[in-house]
Amino acid sequence: MGSERLARYDLTGPEGQKAVEEGLSGVSWFRSAIPRKRMKELMRRSDEHATKNTALWLGSMALSGAIGAFTWTNGMLWAAVPALAAYGVLYGSASDSRWHETGHGTFFATRWKNDVVYQIASFLQMRDPTIWRWGHTRHHTDTLIVGRDPEIVAMRPARLARIIANLVGLIDVPTALKDMVMRATGRLSAEEKTFVPESERTKVARTARIWLGIYGATAVACVATESVVPALLIGLPRAYGACMLYVYSLTQHAGLGENVLDHRLNTRTVHMNRLNRFLYCNMNYHVEHHMFPMIPSHRLAELHEEVKKDCAEPYPSLWAAYKEIIPAVLKQLTDQTHYVRRELPEGAAPYHEPVAV
Amino acid sequence: MTTWVPACQTDDIDSEDIVPFEHDGGQYAIYRSDDDEFFATDGYCTHERERLCDGLVMGKTIECPKHNGRFDYSTGQAQGAPAIEDLRTYPVRVDDSGTVHIGIG
Repeated sequence: MGSERLARYDLTGPEGQKAVEEGLSGVSWFRSAIPRKRMKELMRRSDEHATKNTALWLGSMALSGAIGAFTWTNGMLWAAVPALAAYGVLYGSASDSRWHETGHGTFFATRWKNDVVYQIASFLQMRDPTIWRWGHTRHHTDTLIVGRDPEIVAMRPARLARIIANLVGLIDVPTALKDMVMRATGRLSAEEKTFVPESERTKVARTARIWLGIYGATAVACVATESVVPALLIGLPRAYGACMLYVYSLTQHAGLGENVLDHRLNTRTVHMNRLNRFLYCNMNYHVEHHMFPMIPSHRLAELHEEVKKDCAEPYPSLWAAYKEIIPAVLKQLTDQTHYVRRELPEGAAPYHEPVAV
Repeated sequence: MTTWVPACQTDDIDSEDIVPFEHDGGQYAIYRSDDDEFFATDGYCTHERERLCDGLVMGKTIECPKHNGRFDYSTGQAQGAPAIEDLRTYPVRVDDSGTVHIGIG
């Protein structure tokens, strides 16, 4: 999926096989006990909520993009910069959570609507929809299992320069474009072949060719109009608008346990304000999401109330989460055994720890 | 030769829901559709053997609780990644006493 990994985390390396042999892969994880009747209520999907949310997201993008393009073209940088900043975050960051939720199929009740928004969000994120669907599936099966999970961002030691550079997409975007060219020729990487079934691979080339066509047309439009505006609207926002993507997503797992079988040990729930929760589609309730991925995002706050008795106290803010994440990741630069292990409240179900095989 | 095995009572399953059934080492899932028809499939998702009984039933679709893979439980047809292998289905009949039987073998 583009990012170079440390050798330990390579999906084709020995750590993944070791994880399988040690009983860490494809096994049961802890879930809080919730009555079936309540689960059915929480699992219920809604076209209404997702339609309003998507209309607001795309509508805001259209408006901010239009203002940004007009003011940039007319030399009104004082207005263009904030407008394009907003457009960039809606495009380059908020599309991540839409990609995620529709990829799970839980955003809309109607399947094709999930599929349409998934394709759009995948394009905005420069994530091949087939490869990333299967990669994310593996992430849910083997969350932070070293050598199995393709979505570990903060490795041990963390590649800090890459993480910081990716706040503005400096590594992700060129890598995605390089991968797109490779995939347009029908090739997948060795790592991708470990989790994408053969029957699914033909779609990848088609998608890559279409996307390269769109980016090519964007480049032509820039030349034809002698303006950078087409690129400011298509493609570049994945770079200049990516900061919140990383600010949110690093809170999910960074600094927490690897090779554990309990999401309470390797995932965070962080309270966020309404704006952040809109941009992030409530994925701040990340422990809840991993425990019960079939619950749609707009019900996660309710799910939180059902499981909180079994979970450590949520972080009260992004700031509180980062006060833990930054020291933990820095300590892991020299001590790769270090991770944050949180206390459970009294009466909580104990941590589900791996059993040595 | 099909062996009819009693699995549950009709009242044991809510409308548009699923219950697990275990028999002779095998795991099955029994469904009641929203129009009160009964169906049966293997109890595990064909993707990664997650128990379907914890999943969501929507119309004639069962969604796996782990990765949201979907199947039409009336035919077993997989409806998209990560569910790409069909579910095995079994015949079902309901007798006059309201017992749901699954045909195995």
